[in-house]
Amino acid sequence: MDAFSTHTGIGVPLRRSNVDTDQIIPAVYLKRVTRTGFDDGLFAAWRQHPDFILNTEPFSKGSVLVAGPDFGTGSSREHAVWALMDYGFRVVISARFGDIFRGNSAKGGLVAAQCEQHDVELLWKLLENEPGTEVTVDLQERTVQAKDLTFAFQIDDYTRWRLLEGLDDIGLTLRHEGDITTFEASRPAWLPVTTPAG
Amino acid sequence: MTKARTLAEKVWDRHVVRKGEGQEPDLLYIDLHLVHEVTSPQAFDGLRLAGRPVRRPDLTIATEDHNVPTKDVELPIADPVSRTQVETLRRNCAEFGVDLYPMNHAEQGIVHIIGPQLGLTQPGMTVVCGDSHTSTHGAFGAMAFGIGTSEVEHVLATQTLPLKPFKTMAINVNSADGTLRPGVTSKDVVLAIIARIGTGGGQGYVLEYRGNVIENLSMEARMTICNMSIEAGARAGMIAPDQVTYDFIDGRDHAPKGEAWDAALADWATLRTDEGATFDAEVDIDGDALTPFVTWGTNPGQGLPLGENVPDPAAIVDENERVAAERAIDYMGLEAGMPLRDVRVDTVFVGSCTNGRIEDLRAAASVLDGRTLAKGVRMLVVPGSMRVRFQAEDEGLDKVFTAAGAEWRSAGCSMCLGMNPDQLEPGERSASTSNRNFEGRQGKGGRTHLVSPLVAAATAVRGTLSSPEDLD
Repeated sequence: MDAFSTHTGIGVPLRRSNVDTDQIIPAVYLKRVTRTGFDDGLFAAWRQHPDFILNTEPFSKGSVLVAGPDFGTGSSREHAVWALMDYGFRVVISARFGDIFRGNSAKGGLVAAQCEQHDVELLWKLLENEPGTEVTVDLQERTVQAKDLTFAFQIDDYTRWRLLEGLDDIGLTLRHEGDITTFEASRPAWLPVTTPAG
Repeated sequence: MTKARTLAEKVWDRHVVRKGEGQEPDLLYIDLHLVHEVTSPQAFDGLRLAGRPVRRPDLTIATEDHNVPTKDVELPIADPVSRTQVETLRRNCAEFGVDLYPMNHAEQGIVHIIGPQLGLTQPGMTVVCGDSHTSTHGAFGAMAFGIGTSEVEHVLATQTLPLKPFKTMAINVNSADGTLRPGVTSKDVVLAIIARIGTGGGQGYVLEYRGNVIENLSMEARMTICNMSIEAGARAGMIAPDQVTYDFIDGRDHAPKGEAWDAALADWATLRTDEGATFDAEVDIDGDALTPFVTWGTNPGQGLPLGENVPDPAAIVDENERVAAERAIDYMGLEAGMPLRDVRVDTVFVGSCTNGRIEDLRAAASVLDGRTLAKGVRMLVVPGSMRVRFQAEDEGLDKVFTAAGAEWRSAGCSMCLGMNPDQLEPGERSASTSNRNFEGRQGKGGRTHLVSPLVAAATAVRGTLSSPEDLD
């Protein structure tokens, strides 16, 4: 996955709390055989309404989602993160995240930036008063900045390091590839291989 | 002196590639990765996106089982989602160099049937698959467990998995002379275990089945028990390898040969729980008290001996269990207090990774021989693999089934999970040798009673839940 340092993009104010993963992507979109292309399922029910924020300009081109508290609760589906990223989001800002969603975000390369609800409110107002305002998220400094507004966000050290390095779970394991190779050399010769027997 | 260890701990220890520091999980090496069409497509696509190869295609094997039809198998798959998944698996296996046993291949079958059948499942190995019934392979003294799609991708890319440690539980099954009463099978043993410890009783544990009853079971019967470990919530289930295990493996396609066989035997002999090793929990089951067992509810823990009545929820003290029982009895269309033997079924299913092996088909055929199905009952017999199918046909079992009025099908998961056309209609009731009686599992609105192959066959003849001793 791509390393993340800072990101600047259009902020999208989503004035809803308890956005569960069934809202982020309904189950009917989970039947795919690909790992990408889930953007059409993102907020599928809400996007039926013409006045939903992602159906309005310039928010349809947004990449920083600013949501109410308890974002990403419910089902453990990893597709929720994939759908957000496939749509173009790189960061979600919220006062609280569902635990599993937060973990899945780290695995997928999406920054789940946790901040005070007070700051979310200020950012919502700014984005609504001046649609198209760009938000800069600096993972190194753990800050969010838009126009004159600047505030800090929280993300744990380990997740921050992973995102800065661009390491998914597999990337993390492959840092120890030498250990794997050494182990493989020590495996007994009689263990089976799947290659069809002569 | 080294610390006394359980079988599970020994298998774990020998696969640690890298010990985790602090809260970090251990990195474990995986000896065998089984792949099928439903949980693998996004894993392969993830590799493709990241430009990663499959690290060890020679430790990976794929087959088509979950959603394949079991009749008209020479025709294209009618269901578009199933067809896409199967076609995607074929493309992925070709692209990444993974050997595949597709529909109509002589080695095709349910992943958990073909691994042991090919001799790929051996004692002391780590075995994973994107399917919860991977616990089946634990019958060989392997540590085998189901994984999610992201973990499938992780194993494909690295042949390892980061894993947190587990607890160990001994399930001791003993009887006076080590045998079970006539008509009682390993399916009844495992259903009784799950009813005893509950569907969450095994959570966080690897179970080790021990005792003289287990030692006297065939490999097929042991696989049935380990298969359903997951239904007790366990991570895995294991049985220490012994002569029965060695005899099963000896001579199979991928079994060690010659000097390698001797080296393997010497190693396998060490795969036993040490004297003095302690388990985190122990459960004792009285093998002499076991009789044929059936489920009455909508989870595998809701089971009773066939001779009992549907329970009265009012008599259940625990509130959660009472509410669950009320809901289950309502869904199942039963009445509290009615004898289980009076429950009438429409459908009988013999098959699945739980009871789709040759011994299971022989047991069902032994009951059906010379008898016919009760009026209005349909019976599907679905061999777990093509090899099981051919062997059954060589033994004439297919003739016994069709003469009795049952349908003889091709290999796959079939009605166990209803991902293919083999499903129950809403309100239909089955006696099924499979592993899950969840609401809608075998088809929307379908009602499932989990049973052994002997009970399934006797039920097909009488039309109500029955054991062979109920037949004339």
